[in-house]
Amino acid sequence: MLLTLGHFLSLGAMLFALSVIGIFLNRKNLIVLLMAIELMLLAVNMNFVAFSYYLNDMAGQVFVFFILTVAAAESAIGLAILVLLFRNKSTINVEDLNTLQG
Amino acid sequence: MDAKTGLFYIFAAVLLLAAFRVITARNPVHAALFLVLAFFQAAAVWLLLKAEFLAITLVLVYVGAVMVLFLFVVMMLDINLDTIRKGFWRHFPLAGTVGAIIALEMSYVLMGGFREPPQAASASAAGNLATQVSNTKELGKLLYSQYIYPLEIAAVILLVAMIAAIALTLRERKDSKRLNPSDQVRVKSQDRVRLVKIKPVLATSSIPAVVNTVSVEGKK
Repeated sequence: MLLTLGHFLSLGAMLFALSVIGIFLNRKNLIVLLMAIELMLLAVNMNFVAFSYYLNDMAGQVFVFFILTVAAAESAIGLAILVLLFRNKSTINVEDLNTLQG
Repeated sequence: MDAKTGLFYIFAAVLLLAAFRVITARNPVHAALFLVLAFFQAAAVWLLLKAEFLAITLVLVYVGAVMVLFLFVVMMLDINLDTIRKGFWRHFPLAGTVGAIIALEMSYVLMGGFREPPQAASASAAGNLATQVSNTKELGKLLYSQYIYPLEIAAVILLVAMIAAIALTLRERKDSKRLNPSDQVRVKSQDRVRLVKIKPVLATSSIPAVVNTVSVEGKK
């Protein structure tokens, strides 16, 4: 049985569904929320790489490169905000972060 | 079933298991370590897809930098595990429903459209591409010619992220005794010495009192 594009896309879809479940389950834990977002980006990147291989087009890999860049920047700023939050409020519980009354 | 398919199933199984442990791990440190495992497995899957440069970038950038940052932050913060875990399973019905819907919809689409084996022409072309010139060279040629402006924008994004992260977490220490050398050099004598006129106190004796008192005050 040869590997088809469907195999890789299914893997990406399962990974994405798992990280959506993770976002719902870890509603209170900001760190694991950030990790679930990283997993989502990984699932999307998996699809890009799979399409790039099976359609024989390098543009997909270029996009993965840029997504990696943006994801690294996002996690760096997210963690900086997290540290700042913890320093000011001594908690990272999402339900205690209601200063904006959202 | 050839070796490549078997390897794919092994990597995919470990990847999904690691992802599952990431979202259910009790301790955030364990979650971060399982995320490292997940990234390694994803890199292996990308190697199967002949994306060597991106696989190695994933290991270097994610495992080497981002996950270490995560681990540092997790260990720096003093997290109360019990309050964080409270109500963890309360959201499970909703989460399971949404996850199942996503998985079903995606599998419906994917199984319908992408099950056929790749065309012989494109598969051989991909093989030729991989053997003729390395993946890194191919990617580099594209990045530095056609995608040069996006690449520069990505560089600016990284710079902005770095400055933002530093500016957000920078704080002045209150017990620091640091002095600004520029202020010290540019200080004037008027700032240091103050001439205070004090009325002479006429004592009963006839000796004249001191007219001017020079007070020296230190400038911090």
